[in-house]
This record gives sequence, C-alpha cells and structure tokens, in this order.
Amino acid sequence: MENNPLFKSGHTACAGCGQAVAARLIIEAAGPNTIVANNTGCLEVFSTKYPETAWGVPWIHSLFENSAAVASGIEAALKYLGKKDTVNVIAQGGDGSSGDIGLQALSGMLERGHDILYVCYDNEAYMNTGVQRSGLTPFDTNTTTSPAGKQSSGNIRPKKPVPEICAAHGIPYAATASAGFPQDLIRKVKKAIAIKGPKYLQVHVPCPLGWRHATNQMLSVAKAAVESGLYPLFEYENGVLTGLRQITPKPVDDYLKMQGRFKHLINNPEEVKKIQDIADNNIKKYGLKLEA
Amino acid sequence: MKEFLEGSHAIAEVIKTCNPGLISAYPITPQTHIVEDLAQMVSDGQIKSQFVNVESEHSAASVVLGGSATGVRVYTATSSQGLFYMQEVVFNIAGMRLPVVMTCANRAISAPINIWNDQQDSISLRDAGWVQIYAENNQEAMDFHLIAYRLAEDKRVMLPVMVCMDGFILTHGMETVDTPEQDKVDKFLPPYNPLYKLDPAAPLSMGLLADPECYMETRFAIQETMRQCLEYLPGISSDFNGVFGRDYKDLLVEEYQVKDAEKVIVAMGSVCGTIKEVIDEQRAKGKKVGLLRIISYRPFPYARVCAALKNTAKVAVLDKAVSLGAYAPVAAEVKSAFFGKKKGPKVISSFVAGLGGRDITAETIREVFRRLNTKEVNFDFVDLKPELLKEDYGE
Repeated sequence: MENNPLFKSGHTACAGCGQAVAARLIIEAAGPNTIVANNTGCLEVFSTKYPETAWGVPWIHSLFENSAAVASGIEAALKYLGKKDTVNVIAQGGDGSSGDIGLQALSGMLERGHDILYVCYDNEAYMNTGVQRSGLTPFDTNTTTSPAGKQSSGNIRPKKPVPEICAAHGIPYAATASAGFPQDLIRKVKKAIAIKGPKYLQVHVPCPLGWRHATNQMLSVAKAAVESGLYPLFEYENGVLTGLRQITPKPVDDYLKMQGRFKHLINNPEEVKKIQDIADNNIKKYGLKLEA
Repeated sequence: MKEFLEGSHAIAEVIKTCNPGLISAYPITPQTHIVEDLAQMVSDGQIKSQFVNVESEHSAASVVLGGSATGVRVYTATSSQGLFYMQEVVFNIAGMRLPVVMTCANRAISAPINIWNDQQDSISLRDAGWVQIYAENNQEAMDFHLIAYRLAEDKRVMLPVMVCMDGFILTHGMETVDTPEQDKVDKFLPPYNPLYKLDPAAPLSMGLLADPECYMETRFAIQETMRQCLEYLPGISSDFNGVFGRDYKDLLVEEYQVKDAEKVIVAMGSVCGTIKEVIDEQRAKGKKVGLLRIISYRPFPYARVCAALKNTAKVAVLDKAVSLGAYAPVAAEVKSAFFGKKKGPKVISSFVAGLGGRDITAETIREVFRRLNTKEVNFDFVDLKPELLKEDYGE
C-alpha cells in the first residue's frame, strides 16, 4: 500500500474529508484487480481533474446517476471476455447520486444480479454543489435548501432507508459502515468482495464543510453518530439481519453539539427530543444496545 | 442469401454477424422487434453476446458505454422518447470517444404521444457527436450497420454511429434482402481492437474533469474527426462494394436524375423511395425532376450538396422533422451550404411533411413539385388538414 497505493495522495479533497479516507480504505481492501465506476460528485472531482488521477486501478466516470449501469456493462463485458472471475467491479457514488437520482439504476443493477459491489458514500447532502438537502439528509438538518428559519428547524423528513431498500431486493449482502470504524469498514469490503452477486455498502462519511465541524474532528464525529444510535452499523445477508455493531448509547446531544448543521437546535429541547426518538427507535429496532 | 424478412428481423440478422459482446436495450415501439429477435438468438446460443435487460433507456446507454469502455463491441437500439431519455448518455458516449453502434427506429416525439414515424427523434440529437446515417430501405439499413461498426471502430474515428431507419415503414416492412454471409462480414469488418480499455493489467482513468483549460479542445477534436469522416465514408463504401457487390457511391448523398434536372427534392430516409417513383413518372412525361438523398446527416456533406445542386434552378427540401421557431432542419443545412456561393439554385424552398406518421403519398410529392416554382417558400407544411386548424378561445 505504501509503495504503490491504489488511491494516491495529492488529490484536492478538503482537509478532514471523510469520503477521501473511506475511498482509500475501500480500494485498498478491494485490491488492484478491481475496476471502479464512479458517479459525478466530490470524489470524482477531487480525484480526477485532467490531466491527473489519484486512482491506481482502472477507473471510469460517465455521469451523475449511472455508475450502477456503467458497472453493469463493465461486468457483462468481463463475463463475455471470460475475465469476471479474476476482476472485481465496484460502482460508487454519494448519497444523492445513489439514493435519489441514481436509485433506479442502482435498483436495476441489484435486481439483475450483477456481481458488483455498490458503495454509497453517505455524507447526508449534496456536498459537491454546496450542501443541498438529499433524500438521505437527517431530520432537522440545516442545509442550503432545507435552511433552519423562523418557521422551520431544517429538513422536515428523516433519512431515506436506502440500505433496507437494497436489502429488500433479496441481494446477498447489504450493510452500513462508517469512516469512524476503519477496521470494520475494511472487513465489510473484503467480505462483500468475496460474495458473488450484487452487494450494497453504505458508508457514513463526515463532511467538515457541510456538517460544519473542525477538520481534525472527522473520526470523532463519525464515531459519535454510530454511538448515539443515529447511524446503526448492520449487515443484511439475503434479507436477514446477520451482523450488528452494538453500542452503549450516548445521548444524541453529544453528536449534535459537534456540528454547525445542528447548531439551531441548541435551546430547542423539543426538537432534540424528536432526534433522540429516532435514535431510540433505531436502538430498539436493531437491538443496538450492549447488555451489561 | 436472399430472404424475405421483416426490417427488424433483418437488422437482428446483421447484428448477429457482427458478433457484439454486449447488447443492452429497453423496449419501445417500434424498436422492439429488433431486440426481441436478438434476445431469442442469444437464448438459442446463436450468438455469444451478453444480453442485459435494463430498467430504462438511460441505463441501456450506460450499460453499452461501460461495455465499450471495457473493450468489447456493443449494440443498442431505441426510438423517440427512449432516445431522449438516453440523451445525456448519448452525448457522453461521443465525448468519451466510444464506438457504440445504435439503431434509431425513427418515431415522432410526444406531446401529443404518437408512436408513428417521422425523424424528429434522431434529428433533435444532431449535435451529440454521433455520426448519423439514414437508410432508404431494409437492404441499406442492414448494410449500414456493417458500415457503422467499420467506421466507428476505425482508430482514426472512434466515434459512435447511429443508423436511422424509419419506424414501422422500414422496421415492420417486409422486403427481400440479401443477408450478408459471415465470411464476407469477417472480411469487411475486423474484430474490435480497442485503443484503450478498462483493464487491471494497465490501469487508466476515463471520464476526467476537464476545466476551461482543456474542454474546448475535446470539441475541436470531434468536429475535426467528423469532417474527416466525410473523406473516410467513400473509402469504406468502396471496400463494402468490393466485398458485397453493392455500391453506395460516396455514402454521403445519392443523386437520382439530378444531372439535368430543373427541379430537385432533397430528402432523407424511406420517403426517397416514393420520391423516386414520382420522378420516374414525371420523367416519362418529359419533366426534368430529380432527387438528392442525404445519407450522412452528421457529418453533413455541404460540399457534396453544393456540387450536386450547383446547376439546379429550383430545390425543395422535404423535412420529416421541425425545429419549432426556425427553418426546418435539413432545409437549414441546404440553405447554409449555398450561402455566399456564386453558383447555386435560384430557389430553395422548404416543406415539412409526414409528421407523426401521416402518409407521404405520391400525390404529396407531386404537390411539392407543383409548389416548387419561382416564388421561394421559406417554410410550409404539406398535407395539413384545414378543418383541424380552427382555434376556439371561448367567449
């Protein structure tokens, strides 16, 4: 990895970018015999501005919403060439390009049974265009298109449950991970790659610019999301919940206070309570709480 | 081998001989028979292609984009709304210089929804960077697919090619065609040997961000290649004739009774068959009329059009599409071809007919010749129904 990294330094990601950290861990876990199809988004922009590229594996970017379909074509072509058994295919994009505008292409890829790992880097808004709300933006988040105001406390809807939507396709593997838990992330990528068929991995990646936290706090913020119960780490295999990272739940307040995107909730215990309820529901639904 | 085939089946037969590694499509009338026949061929093991059934045309185009980037020959087909749903991928494929071949079964555009033939779909994507060639009959439609792969995969070209054939009129019409033999196809069309491909043995990045320092050069390069295609097409046509014995001349235009003609219609596609019939009929009566058929719409053969029509007194351009609020698409090209030229037609009139599948009959063509006189018509429809044009604003 040190001598010939598959995701090289020198790219133009912001300081403290969770997506850049996760991208490097994921491609190193997948290894050099991997072809990557990338949606338009921060990762694409900061890693491949002509004439430079950070990628040490074959990599293609076509459009905002079609990496799942482009990867389907790559996978089918590899099958035709008799090379599929020796080459991994990863399709990847952000939460907007995966769960909103690209959801149809993603669903098609899953339903057709392609042997592809789809990675969704979830930083919970359209960061590349300037922090606009996506379907995966959490409840009460202040974004540029769901601004907190006199009559609103931010985003009015909870996160779209894209991992569950993917798992409902009956695919062999659908899981969540976090940039705050690198060993867990690496393990899940290796596990997914080893499974034949369509896989979905959604990785929580803090964005210091959009979440408005200090750049040296990326890992702490990511961990706090998981430890509050707001970002449960789970694994579904063939539609059945098989893996869980259990926690000793901490109040969501600890997590919210770290970020400017929730700053408007200070002195608004009613709204914080609603977010605590979301965490509590997750804890109950998945059985997240570590028993003493 | 001579066979009596439906146009769509004929296309499937010729695609089979091209051995694409990957076929992907989404159903839309009137394209469906082509891909249904190919699906059956794959199912029967007649071809080894991967057939990817997608959830939309956007993904069909994206799948063939990915397959082409991985270094295999690919095929897709669509029509009308399907082509429009593909649109951003269509531009993307050309920008990435991938030699995709697509059949466009030409059909009208909604609203109002209409499944019948005109050429609004492909003509609306004329600026996408695809070579567009228009077939008059099913033999041509077949042959043009072989020519399309040969041109697209030429290392000097590396651009996608759209073969346009009129929906229903050709796709669902039965004709006797000469199905190309495999050994002849192999002689004319070498296996695809990509310049670049996604391969872990030699990693490269495709589809990079181009800033203002380098974007414009990518467009210059395509424009330049398009210009050169005007020179390559005649050579490919000659090779084709050598192998198959069918002569499409320069593959840019076809001149039919143009040399001494006083009146010439310019048109594209299957309507040219009807026009030729009317020309034969009028010639028998001593009238000097002719047809200039545009085969290559992109790149547009301006010089060739000028050379063909420089001595013609009156030209009528018959479009099966519109550019609402402006001159009709082919008419605009023909007029601009003569702009600033000393020699050329005194009159270039523009007529639009056959939209949404309205029949263009021999009488329609006679009407165009009648209306082609000393008074230039900037733009007019033929065969409108006056009783449908009354508007009622209430009150």
